[in-house]
Amino acid sequence: MTKGVIPNKTPMPEQDPKERIRNFREVPLGYTEELAIQEALRCLQCKKPTCIAGCPVNIDIPGFIDLVAKGDFLGAARRIKATNLLPAVCGRVCPQEEQCERACVLSKKFESVAIGRLERFVADYERETGKIQYPKIPRRTGKRVAVVGSGPAGLTVAADLIQQGHDVTVFEALHALGGVLVYGIPEFRLPKSILEAEVNYLAALGVHFEPSYVIGKTESLDELLQRFDAVFLGLGAGLPHFMHVPGENLNGVYSANEYLTRSNLMRAYLFPEWDTPIKRGRNVAVIGGGNTAMDAVRTALRLGAENAYLIYRRSRAEMPARLEEIHHAEEEGVQFRMLEAPVRILGDENGWVKEIELISMQLGEPDESGRRRPVPVPGSEHRLAVDTVVVAIGQGANPLLISTTPGLRTNRWGYLEVNPETGETSLERVYAGGDIVRGGATVILAMGDGRRAARAIHERLR
Amino acid sequence: MPRIVAKEVLAPGIKKFVIEHPQIARKRQPGQFVIVRVHGEGERFPLTIADADPERGTITLVVQEVGHSTMEMGRKEPGEVILDVVGPLGRPTPIRRYGRVVCMGGGVGVAEIYPVSLALKEAGNEVIGIIGARTRELVIMEKEMRSATHQLIVCTDDGSYGVHGLVTKPLQEMIERKERIDHVFCIGPVPMMKAVAEVTRPVGIPTSVSLNPIMVDGTGMCGACRVTVGGTTRFACVDGPDFDAHQVDFDELMKRLAQYRNEEKLSLQRLHVGEEEPKCAARAAS
Ligand SMILES: Cc1cc2nc3c(=O)[nH]c(=O)nc-3n(C[C@H](O)[C@H](O)[C@H](O)COP(=O)(O)OP(=O)(O)OC[C@H]3O[C@@H](n4cnc5c(N)ncnc54)[C@H](O)[C@@H]3O)c2cc1C
Ligand SMILES: Cc1cc2nc3c(=O)[nH]c(=O)nc-3n(C[C@H](O)[C@H](O)[C@H](O)COP(=O)(O)OP(=O)(O)OC[C@H]3O[C@@H](n4cnc5c(N)ncnc54)[C@H](O)[C@@H]3O)c2cc1C
Ligand code: SF4
Ligand code: SF4
Ligand code: FES
Repeated sequence: MTKGVIPNKTPMPEQDPKERIRNFREVPLGYTEELAIQEALRCLQCKKPTCIAGCPVNIDIPGFIDLVAKGDFLGAARRIKATNLLPAVCGRVCPQEEQCERACVLSKKFESVAIGRLERFVADYERETGKIQYPKIPRRTGKRVAVVGSGPAGLTVAADLIQQGHDVTVFEALHALGGVLVYGIPEFRLPKSILEAEVNYLAALGVHFEPSYVIGKTESLDELLQRFDAVFLGLGAGLPHFMHVPGENLNGVYSANEYLTRSNLMRAYLFPEWDTPIKRGRNVAVIGGGNTAMDAVRTALRLGAENAYLIYRRSRAEMPARLEEIHHAEEEGVQFRMLEAPVRILGDENGWVKEIELISMQLGEPDESGRRRPVPVPGSEHRLAVDTVVVAIGQGANPLLISTTPGLRTNRWGYLEVNPETGETSLERVYAGGDIVRGGATVILAMGDGRRAARAIHERLR
Repeated sequence: MPRIVAKEVLAPGIKKFVIEHPQIARKRQPGQFVIVRVHGEGERFPLTIADADPERGTITLVVQEVGHSTMEMGRKEPGEVILDVVGPLGRPTPIRRYGRVVCMGGGVGVAEIYPVSLALKEAGNEVIGIIGARTRELVIMEKEMRSATHQLIVCTDDGSYGVHGLVTKPLQEMIERKERIDHVFCIGPVPMMKAVAEVTRPVGIPTSVSLNPIMVDGTGMCGACRVTVGGTTRFACVDGPDFDAHQVDFDELMKRLAQYRNEEKLSLQRLHVGEEEPKCAARAAS
């Protein structure tokens, strides 16, 4: 069956690393029509396509790829959009190597089909040719649904329910819509214009957006329940964790959320044209090994860092970030310092960071996550001169709404408990999904949750 | 969008805005604040809700022009909108019957202590107000503070009006006279709050201060506003802004407030240069 297969993915053109670390423009440039068709032809059109099960929203992967191969790009876009509202986003940020592409039969012997790149191409093509098709919306039902949070989970719920004829209002605490996709993930990985287009699409379908509106503050959940027939909570996991080491409140120490929010949401990289400042460190240490850490360290480079260090307490193999981002970071000159952990941060007399003290680690027995637990090597403390430290060791559940709403049941980490089939919380008519249920997960899982909850909400409202 | 319905200059560089926002007007409680963004490229920055009228659906903000963003806000006129106003944020100041309380405000902090003072008076406390400013013309909201207290002491640093000296002076005197004080609430510049904490600490008078660290989102998402209180890190926007003055690390707060000093200067220069350039108009339109 694999006779004549082209073993490798069709490469996607990218900005040159030397060039791109001086701008915030997107790194991969995307396939051309020819390259997309070439890659689509690598797909074997399996009778039993294993790839579909690898995708959390079960996109008809061979179906859309076949349409690409035939040059029917708009048809392919429609096929994807039947199950995935945000293909331009997912094609860019899904951890494909763990999902659809890992499940592709080709990946056993060769490189898998570049499903993510094709998905991205198709979505971009549709957006850029301006031929977006609006689905016919059934008669209004008169039922009202409130969505709290405009991240991928909330946007999916909004899209699904507006198409069922319900009235949908999305409330968002920040002034911009998109959740982590606008405040966290940088422009060089996910251009803001893509999200704007998606939000405009939803607005055109009739979704009502209320930015700068904090549920739990501007209005309580109880009050929402009086105005709406159902509420979906897509609050995300926005509480930044700190390490609780000495010196963490020195000037120049940021949470990744703050660093990325300043840079992305507030465009601090354009300071002083835009008003929000950010410290442009020369020697920047980012602590962590996930996508957030990778985004922060690559942002530091683009802000002009001479040395951008990524400090991670386990080894390379355990890093949870997407492979492509690790690869990009490496190409751009990020200095990976594996098996090291911060002990404390030292400052100067004005309260500014000047050094970080690290301790070397070695891998011991596997822990509950199955990964080998890092243990400090006694006496191995050493120092690194830095002027900026970004802490990217993970996020927790923001208690703002949950702590002010009696009756919402949470687990011991503060995440909402829901019925896994429906997304229903312990409160009647209140549903939840995405990171506020799973802890820091992925865009596509958040969207899958949104879809499931939307289905349950629709069932209830019928 | 939140529209400005009235504007008044209270003192040189201190302006009062009445802004339409029915939802916040209905929900806000004393001690809470909003985050505003004046225009599309603007910063998000916090301002205390000095007053609200739930019937008319308006809130009152008092802004001291100290840098780029506050000056841009100061240029807004009635009829114009503030791009974003989000809130009410932060925990309300706990209003209950303490007994005899002292409410202290310094500079623009007077506008911030005013709603607290009023609520404490309405809750049946005996309220002594002490407000201060550098000089006579910078004393704001004296009339309002008189109605929100049983007794009001005004201080000026240069002695041009009222008591000559800092707000700590009458407080210290009250303590020396062994007057009963059940609680002190204080809002003002960090050095003032620190000084007040030092005055009440030895005699163990419970003292609350409202902290003003740099903020971005105001919802507990970024950690920019972290302060050390009692040795632990707290986020002022969600855990505060009120904290026990005797537990606050004011020196750290002061250092953290200076974090962007160079950038602030640059930003301010641009604002002034921009005045002569047409670019400013383009920007205001966006
Ligand atoms: C820097 C970074 C990089 C990432 N990279 C990737 C990646 O490459 N691939 C991937 O798949 N995943 C990635 N992730 C994870 C992914 O972004 C999240 O799993 C996903 O965004 C979760 O979606 P969500 O809808 O649950 O919540 P979020 O995207 O977190 O959105 C929640 C929204 O709700 C709002 N909100 C919260 N509380 C309230 C309230 N009370 N009232 C009103 N609004 C409220 C918040 O302001 C926020 O906008 C990354 C995460 C980060 C932080
Ligand atoms: C909870 C809270 C309530 C506040 N209430 C009021 C109020 O009612 N009226 C009022 O006039 N001011 C208030 N402030 C302070 C106000 O937010 C700052 O003066 C303003 O952000 C300064 O911005 P700028 O660009 O004009 O000045 P900048 O040039 O940026 O800064 C001038 C100085 O102000 C401080 N500062 C800078 N940015 C911030 C920030 N985001 N938050 C706090 N301080 C900052 C710094 O110490 C800096 O040196 C409040 C602050 C907080 C945290
Ligand atoms: S949505 Fe994500 S997992 Fe599904 S096919 Fe697309 S890239 Fe793969
Ligand atoms: S498993 Fe791979 S080769 Fe087979 S249909 Fe799916 S993408 Fe194509
Ligand atoms: S301002 Fe961001 S956490 Fe307080």
